[in-house]
Amino acid sequence: MAVTESAPPAALDLGPDTLLEMYRAMVLGRLLDERIIILNRQGRAPFAISGQGHEATQVGVGYALRRDYDWAVPYYRDLSLVLVMGMSPLDQLLAALGKAGDPNSGGRQMPAHYSSRAHNIVTGGSPVATQILHAVGVGLAFRYRGEDRVVVTACGEGGTSEGDWHEGLNWAAVHRLPVIFLVENNGFAISVPQARQMAVAHVTDRAAGYGLPGVCVDGGDVLAVHQVAVEAVARARRGEGPTLIEAHCVRLQSHSSDDDQRRYRAPDDLRDLRSHDPLDRFRVDLEAAGILSPERAAAVRADCLAEIDRAQQIADEAPAPDPATALHHVHQEG
Amino acid sequence: MVEAVRTALAEEMRRDDRIIVMGEDVGLKGGVFGATQGLHQEFGDLRVIDSPLAEASIVGVAIGAALAGLRPVAEIQFQDFIPPAMDQILSEAAKIRYRSNNDWSCPLVIRAPCGGGVHVHGALYHSQSLEALFAHVPGLKVVLPSTPGDAKGLLTAALRDPDPVCFFEHKALYRAFKGEVPAGEHVVPIGRARVARPGRDLVCFTYGATVHESLRAAERLGLEGIEVEVVDLRTVRPLDRECIVETARRIGKVLVAHEANLAGGVGAEVAAIVAEECFESLDGPVMRLGGPEIPAIPFAESLAEVYYLGADRIEAGLRRLAAY
Ligand SMILES: Cc1ncc(C[n+]2csc(CCOP(=O)(O)OP(=O)(O)O)c2C)c(N)n1
Repeated sequence: MAVTESAPPAALDLGPDTLLEMYRAMVLGRLLDERIIILNRQGRAPFAISGQGHEATQVGVGYALRRDYDWAVPYYRDLSLVLVMGMSPLDQLLAALGKAGDPNSGGRQMPAHYSSRAHNIVTGGSPVATQILHAVGVGLAFRYRGEDRVVVTACGEGGTSEGDWHEGLNWAAVHRLPVIFLVENNGFAISVPQARQMAVAHVTDRAAGYGLPGVCVDGGDVLAVHQVAVEAVARARRGEGPTLIEAHCVRLQSHSSDDDQRRYRAPDDLRDLRSHDPLDRFRVDLEAAGILSPERAAAVRADCLAEIDRAQQIADEAPAPDPATALHHVHQEG
Repeated sequence: MVEAVRTALAEEMRRDDRIIVMGEDVGLKGGVFGATQGLHQEFGDLRVIDSPLAEASIVGVAIGAALAGLRPVAEIQFQDFIPPAMDQILSEAAKIRYRSNNDWSCPLVIRAPCGGGVHVHGALYHSQSLEALFAHVPGLKVVLPSTPGDAKGLLTAALRDPDPVCFFEHKALYRAFKGEVPAGEHVVPIGRARVARPGRDLVCFTYGATVHESLRAAERLGLEGIEVEVVDLRTVRPLDRECIVETARRIGKVLVAHEANLAGGVGAEVAAIVAEECFESLDGPVMRLGGPEIPAIPFAESLAEVYYLGADRIEAGLRRLAAY
């Protein structure tokens, strides 16, 4: 069972409508991410952390889930994933600006701490990898109630060094729970390269140690990720247990708005990054298949930008949290 | 008292099928102290789960199950082994409602045996009283019953609570107090103290096993006509401020006693409340008794004696206070 496999090349057999939807989801995630960085540079959003370069992985996985049925326990780079699951650009702009209406936390947490009970997106804190165990508990609840729901949880390859990650994979494998452990491996944990996190070449090399399947996939290939995720979801729904997916991504931006990756990444490495941009790759593939034209691509972009502009206008005008509310909701009230 | 814990769990599990129990050896064995005996037979594998030997996951998985609508009970075999799960308790469980602006909640009970004594022989890692670490944290409730009746009533309340509750059971009480478990539905509200013995000359605020040591000390002073009120706090977060303030004002001489290390302990918080709110009613300094500046209770009885806060030391403390 516990083998590391690489996924076969995926086909474009999802149908043009779905493919275009997935493309739009990636563009929306990218442009919203860029907008939040701009707001940060303008001094209006105190903090930004980017998912640029991870969009293909997140959209590929997101489209394998049943919306408002399956669950996600995401991490801070999962902007595109939570958008696919039903959250909106407005939701994240309200968070970036720390507004009262921020559905993630009402301006209590840093941005990118995604949360929405309405969309089955579990609230997370800042400690790396604690969420992995929550996903296992969510899977346990599904199993207990006899539901065929699936939960996906994500972290970076650095996060896999935390004890909680190991404990989570172990428990889920022992109890064959419907959990998908997604590792978005961008090669760096802030400045620390993968080789300083683990002595194995692939995170999935560890799958055997827990007794679950581990699959490596090119995280810049949205359809390859999607195919792997669909299989993992199907296994989990059938009651056959968890899967570890390692998706190799590129981190196009620095770790966060407080970091400058030029200080620790080689110039060549940085120059090379853009040639791995998953958006370009998908656009080229879709154009080659005759599904997308340059005009259509431009229209998708304009449409996403318009949506983000509208959302930003609302977010700009939205009120800040009332200081009187700061003491609320430590416990259930009333 | 262990019987009371078991009864509360079984009765509530019958009433509410969202309650599940997980921890080390809680299944077939029924827990190393027997607190979950019979539950596995009655409720089966899905509800009574022998977890891997990994405390962070016991609490972390329980949190996830709570987020998904269950009401898990996470048993940590000894409170001394909670530290691996501390991140999950402090950073996650305690903050979930607040950080999601009330969108999510985490109804979770974390049970653990705590404490030691001269005859428990638990040594440094099977005898600690770590409640102050949790009492410091907004978002947690921290309960320490001292009688079988309260164990049942408070655990029932904890199992019905919408937020995380740390429920610490003193090992010395497990077998020491038999019977007296009220039959049928019995709920004791969290956050309310109880007068274990009325008095008018001195008051001793205490909780857990130290309630019984305090009662013994009070009894001795009673023979001499010194009437000591013993208040069992029962919950150390949130403290029953109203009771503490009312009692301290009425009696005017206050001792706080607990088995846990003195410095930075729950007693410091109680003493501060009394100092701030009852200054004008005090007839003596607010006194505290607790564990000395050593990590925990040593193994050998001769060493354990040095740590342990028994009736003799409490009696001596009360006499010093009475002299004011
Ligand atoms: C327990 C903990 N330690 C340290 C940090 C600070 N920190 C935040 S993100 C991060 C790096 C995470 O890297 P990785 O898991 O590879 O994910 P990536 O950011 O590369 O997507 C660190 C060290 C933290 N948030 N939590």
